[in-house]
Amino acid sequence: MITVGIDIGSITAKAAVMQDGKILAVRILRTGYHARNTGDLLFEGIVSGLGMNPSHIQRIVATGYGRKSITFADQAVTEITCHAAGARYMNPEIRSVIDIGGQDSKVILLDDTGRVKDFVMNDKCAAGTGRFLEVMARALEVDISEFGSLAFAADHSASISSLCTVFAESEVISLIAKGESRENIIAGIHDSVAARVSAMAGRIGWIPPIMMTGGVAHNCGVVRSLEKKIGHSLKVTPNAQLTGAIGAAMIAMFTRG
Amino acid sequence: MADPDQERRKIKSVRKMKEIMTHYYIAAKTAGETGKKIAWITSGGPVEPLIALDVIPVYPENYGAMIGASHMGVDLCEKAEAMGYSRDLCSYARADIACSTVDGGPIGGLPRPDMLICCNNICGTVLKWYEVQARFYQVPLFILDTPVCHTGFSTEVHNYVKRQVEEYILFLGQVCGKRLDLEKMAEVGRLSIEGQRLWQLVLDTTVHKPAPMSAFDAFFHLALIVTLRGTQTAIGYYQELLEEMHTRIREGIGAVPQEKYRLLWDNLPVWYRTRWLSEKFAAHGACLVADTYTSAWCGSMKYIDPAYFINTMAEGYSRIYLNIGVDQMAEQVIAMIDKYDVQGMVMHSNRSCKPYSFGQYDIRRIIQERRGLPTLVLEADMVDERSFSEAQIETRIDAFMEMI
Ligand code: SF4
Repeated sequence: MITVGIDIGSITAKAAVMQDGKILAVRILRTGYHARNTGDLLFEGIVSGLGMNPSHIQRIVATGYGRKSITFADQAVTEITCHAAGARYMNPEIRSVIDIGGQDSKVILLDDTGRVKDFVMNDKCAAGTGRFLEVMARALEVDISEFGSLAFAADHSASISSLCTVFAESEVISLIAKGESRENIIAGIHDSVAARVSAMAGRIGWIPPIMMTGGVAHNCGVVRSLEKKIGHSLKVTPNAQLTGAIGAAMIAMFTRG
Repeated sequence: MADPDQERRKIKSVRKMKEIMTHYYIAAKTAGETGKKIAWITSGGPVEPLIALDVIPVYPENYGAMIGASHMGVDLCEKAEAMGYSRDLCSYARADIACSTVDGGPIGGLPRPDMLICCNNICGTVLKWYEVQARFYQVPLFILDTPVCHTGFSTEVHNYVKRQVEEYILFLGQVCGKRLDLEKMAEVGRLSIEGQRLWQLVLDTTVHKPAPMSAFDAFFHLALIVTLRGTQTAIGYYQELLEEMHTRIREGIGAVPQEKYRLLWDNLPVWYRTRWLSEKFAAHGACLVADTYTSAWCGSMKYIDPAYFINTMAEGYSRIYLNIGVDQMAEQVIAMIDKYDVQGMVMHSNRSCKPYSFGQYDIRRIIQERRGLPTLVLEADMVDERSFSEAQIETRIDAFMEMI
């Protein structure tokens, strides 16, 4: 059975095609202004890239903030359920998932069979999300992909106390003015994201093994800060950003119409 | 064309309720012509002596709910912030303070008070809020201080509050220029308890499956037990409503078309989104069958002796849901979980109402430990729409429903 999972996030849109539990193809695009068009493009691109046409696809599940805009999907499932399914696909032992996405972050607790037992999401603000990191990268004139490696060169972490993105940005600017090194500021930014997210993990009562999913998992600086704050190692896979899409494709396989 | 199933599901008493509320507000707005006095009073305040003295009680909090439901909250809150009030202040307080200074708001604003009655059994915010309004309107203010009853109710506290009840009666005598007729007071006390008893019976009908009404309906029908507590009007209405609920049960009419899940709501409603939320849950076959909020107006009934109302009201008004310890709150929540047989709890973490939202995570932990029940926390505000993010709330509700 060939299924597709489409994850329309606030910053990027992801798709995965799977056949009987094997990944055939994945694709990532910027979501942009028009989620629907992006979804169309993503689907057509990934299917034709495999030399297939839409009739080969038996079931499509959409997830993410734009899940309802994917009208050609057979079902819309929230990213909570999809990240849980995706994480278990990548590692069947996982009991907790930390997902830092563009617009929100969440911690999901699974029972031993892989079902979602509980979850927490950050409240409506950008602190502790991918958007927060993007804003900071802009203020520091650094490409976001370099954040992780730069943080490793820090000699200490500059303290950033504001919880709010807007205030934290002005704090960062004043740190720049004070001559604090970029590396130290970046380390501080990672610590502040980690503080937010680890508080959520604490609130829900995480159970190991923990997997980190979502685009921010590719930032090794955040991962390291989080591991320090939580006091436990995190599992990260190269497909972290695609977890939601993979989970959606898996759910499509198990919930046939 | 109206959907016949939806028509059948509509609660018919709503019409009557709207009529009663309209009459109530007309009477309040024309008090100047009829020579009656107006008292503004907090929602958990001791209203019975006012009724016995023929004073019309008006509730800024009920008005705050109207402001929220009519989407005027943001404008008024912003106005209050421009006046210098912090955004962290309860949105009822912000909306009410701002509304007093403008010519507008729902029903064109509340009638001017002749006195203010503030009871801090619900929160500390009301103290400053009522002081502000007492200065603004230049009217006398009475404060009934009810210490938080964390675990029990000591003799000291009882005497302390009882003394204040006596002072309250004196205060009212002075402002109204007449003495409280004790016989009439006893009658009002009896009516108040009877109204609360009936309201509880109405709420109890949702024990039935499918529940004939939901918490979202209760939020609406609650208005009378708040504003007309102690009157025959409230009793008559709740008798009718109870009758309608029994009919619905007999005919198998549920609040939600296919009730699959039963949930419990905690905290104040999100007034500007009650419809949206109720439809959102209903789409998943979920009915919010009960809530901790609407039952707060009859939860301490057991402490009051209707035959000695004035002597026992001190305890009744002190031991309400928001004025007890978190452990006791959790006990009450667990009792509700068992009684209404729910599969999950929805907690509105309300930016405005600190005393209500504080402790929610502990309660959540306690019920998870004792009943293994999942909880969904929704961050919002009852009046200030700026604190509501539709996409986030929608995802949380969907994910919660996928989970259970
Ligand atoms: S803080 Fe809560 S209890 Fe106090 S007035 Fe506001 S809503 Fe009511």
